[in-house]
Parts: sequence; C-alpha cells; structure tokens
Amino acid sequence: MKSDRLPYSLLALGLALLLWGSYWGLFLAPAEAYMGDVQRIMYVHVPTAWNAMLALTFAFACALLSLFRGDPVWDARLEGALEVGVTLSALLCMQGAIWAKPTWGVWWDWDPRLTTTAVLVFAFGAILALRQFVDDPVKRATWSAVAAIIAYADVPIVYFSVKWWNSLHQTQSSPETVSRAFHWPLRINAFGMLFLMSGLISLRSRLALLRREEETAPPLPGRTVDRWGDARSLLMAGPAGVISGGWEFVWAAYGVTAVILTGYAVSVFARYRAQRRRREAVKR
Amino acid sequence: MSPLAAALRKDLLLQWRTRAQVVAVFAFGASALLLFSFAVGPNAGVLREHAAGFLWLGLLLSSTLTLAESFHAEAEHRALEGLLLLPASARSLYYAKALANALALAALGAGLVPVMVVLYDAATPRIPALLGIILLGSAGLSAPGTLYAAMTSQARARQTLLPLLLFPLVVPVLLAAVKATGLLIQGDPMGQVRSWTLLLVCFDVIHWSLCGLLFERVVED
Repeated sequence: MKSDRLPYSLLALGLALLLWGSYWGLFLAPAEAYMGDVQRIMYVHVPTAWNAMLALTFAFACALLSLFRGDPVWDARLEGALEVGVTLSALLCMQGAIWAKPTWGVWWDWDPRLTTTAVLVFAFGAILALRQFVDDPVKRATWSAVAAIIAYADVPIVYFSVKWWNSLHQTQSSPETVSRAFHWPLRINAFGMLFLMSGLISLRSRLALLRREEETAPPLPGRTVDRWGDARSLLMAGPAGVISGGWEFVWAAYGVTAVILTGYAVSVFARYRAQRRRREAVKR
Repeated sequence: MSPLAAALRKDLLLQWRTRAQVVAVFAFGASALLLFSFAVGPNAGVLREHAAGFLWLGLLLSSTLTLAESFHAEAEHRALEGLLLLPASARSLYYAKALANALALAALGAGLVPVMVVLYDAATPRIPALLGIILLGSAGLSAPGTLYAAMTSQARARQTLLPLLLFPLVVPVLLAAVKATGLLIQGDPMGQVRSWTLLLVCFDVIHWSLCGLLFERVVED
C-alpha cells in the first residue's frame, strides 16, 4: 500500500489555494463594469469548468490505457476520474444556472456549453451507474472503458449540434474579455481546483483499488457491499431558493461549490476509510 | 455466403420470428404519440408544430424496447459464446445485428408516420426524403444502441441501464432528426434539411466505425 500522504497533501494545497483565491476574488478584486459583483462567480465557475473537462479528458486517457493494457490500476483511475469529473460537471451546471439568473434573467439558457455539460453529466454518470451493476471486475473494466471512449467521442458532436440548433433560435452574446485585474484570483483558484481534483481522483482511485482487491479476494462470511455509495454522493445539495440581487447569487454559487466539494471530499474520504478498516479487519 | 450476410440473415430471421414483439413495440410507440398530444392540448397548429419532436421521441422510447430485446436470444443459454466460436469475426456479428436493428427501427418509424399524420395533421409531400431521414436516424440510434444492448443484456438492471447510457449519447441524432423532419413537414424555405441530414450522416459514420471497432472488446472473455 502506497503512502497516504500524496492525496492528502494535494487536497490541503488545493483547499488553501482555493480559500486564498476566493478571498481575493470576493473581497479584493474590483467589481466588473457591467455585471457588478455577480461576476465574482467567475472565480469558481471558470476553474470548475477547466478542471471538469480536464478530469473527463483524463478519464478518456485512463479508458484507453485500461482497455489496451488491461491493468486494474488504470481501471481504478478511470473510476476516480469519472466520479470526480461528473461531480465537477454537475457543480458547473449549478454554478452556471446561478450565474445565468441575474445576468440573462433565466436559470437555464440553452447555451451550447451549458447544454453540453448537462449532457456530459448524464453520459458519464450513466457509466458510473453501469459500473454499479456489473459484478465481474474484468467485464466492468472493459465495458466502462468502451462506454467512456464512446461518450468522449460524442462530446464534439453534441456541442456542435446544440450550437447549430440554438443559433437558429437566438444568439447569446457574452463578451469573454477578461481584464487584467481579474487574472490573479482566477489563476490561483484554477490551480487550487487542479490540486483538489488531483487529490480527489487519487484518493478515489485508491478506494476503487481497495474495493477491487476485496471483490477478487475469496468471499468472507458477513460481507456486505455498499452498492449505492457512489450514486448517493452525486445527489447532494442544491442551490438556495430564487433570490434577486447581486451578492446573494455570488454567495449561492460559492456556497454550492463549498458544499458540493466538501461533501464529495468527505464522502470519498469516509468511503476510503471504511474500506481500509474492512481490509484491516479481513487481515486480522 | 459471407459471415456478415449469414449473420444478417440470422438476425432478420430472429426479428421475423419475434414479430409479435414488433407489433407490441409499434403499439407502444403509437400510444406514446397519442399521449404526447395530451401534453400540449387539442390546438391543431401547436400539435403540427411539435409533430416531428413527438415522432422522434416516440421512436426513441420504443427503440429501447427493440434494442434491449435484440440480444435476448444471444444472452440466453450463452448462445453468444457459441456464435463467437464460429469462423466469423465479432465485428461481422455486430454489423449484422446493428443493421437488423436499424432496419427494424426504420420500419417502426415508417409505421409511426401515418399515426403522426392522422393525429397531428402533419403531412409532407416529400415522402422519400422523410423515409431517408428516418433511416439515417434509426441507424444513429442503432449503432451505439446495439453495442450497449450487448453490454446491458449481461448486466443487472438492464432495462434501466440501456436508456440511461443511450439517451445522452444520441442527443445529436434527436436534434438533427427532429429538425430535419420538422422542416419537411412545415416547409424548408432556407434549404436547411441538407445540413441536418449531413449532421446525421456524420454521427452515423463516427458511431458505426467506432462501435464496430470496440464491439470485439465488449464480447470477448
């Protein structure tokens, strides 16, 4: 068993950077000229977007390696990257909806990026569900790798079809020119989120490896497997009620981010600890 | 007879022998079309406007029944393992099955068109173009659908898993097919049907080649 230090140091570093970047973005950075304070949501929203896509791209790479090498380690990484990627994408949709309400007047705008992200949540979330229902670890690894490759190849087609479909109805103009004053909190949060994501993927992959170890071990009396554990962690929390005004939306977006990320990290940690305890018990 | 032709003959024969199932799926699709109209009310103009969407949603919902059943015979008594022992590549088995499913779905779609015309007053003079769109859309549903059906036929909770995996993936098929069909029904002054058809063709080409490549991995032990 490798040392536990790496994921925890990544998580601590990520958390520290996120707190620093968010403090800067919330209290030190100037308000934006048109959107006012609501624009501060960008400091969590954009890093979440980058890292969600990065996690899913990593999942695609893991799927290829798992399929062609057949190494369980890559399958475990695929599971970790999928779960973290889906959680971040779901969080991204919530942040997007909270930001859309005060700026565009609607919670959900059929913007290609937003819609594609929602499709991604369901496409990759379904693979996590598939993993829950296949008992044979080898088949589970192959099938989820195949499904992940197909889902990833589908992303550009979904994006362009939605873009095309939407452009025939309305065009959404949102100039994405980011002023220099906004760069630093954005960068710090992007790296914070990157470290947090890496730490979570690493911890979650270790959990997957431990579970696989338990599955492939000879059966023991009184063994129970929490099959719904993964699905449960994806159904946590949601944004607060409908509020109009600037800061309320900012707090809602940061609150959702904090709740989802903390809740998810705690759930991964708790499942990891439980699995390790079970392993210790088996050893004894 | 090539392995592909032999496998296709087997799959079409299977479809023919389970034609009671085909009729039941058609009845399901037609009842879905009837129910959709209750969602928007009896306004003829609104119904006609949404006819294409309803047709494709009806076909999409029915397709999960057809696809989920398509590997039923192979999953029973481990017949798939027997098939894999034959001197035919897994790829030809996949393409035969996907082709048979695409034809079955296209026939189902073509059967639902008269229901749509009667219920929503959504006729179009361009029948061959409409059938072409239905064939392309069915091919788009069947390529990933057949691959996922092969997986889920061996998993627990397969009735839930297949639509869960398939629906997000075929969003482009649904968008393009609904748009193209809607333009055929309501008129196409800008000539946009061509672009949507092209999108369907792109989706089909990508998924038919990718799923054909990956199928071997899915069924090998």
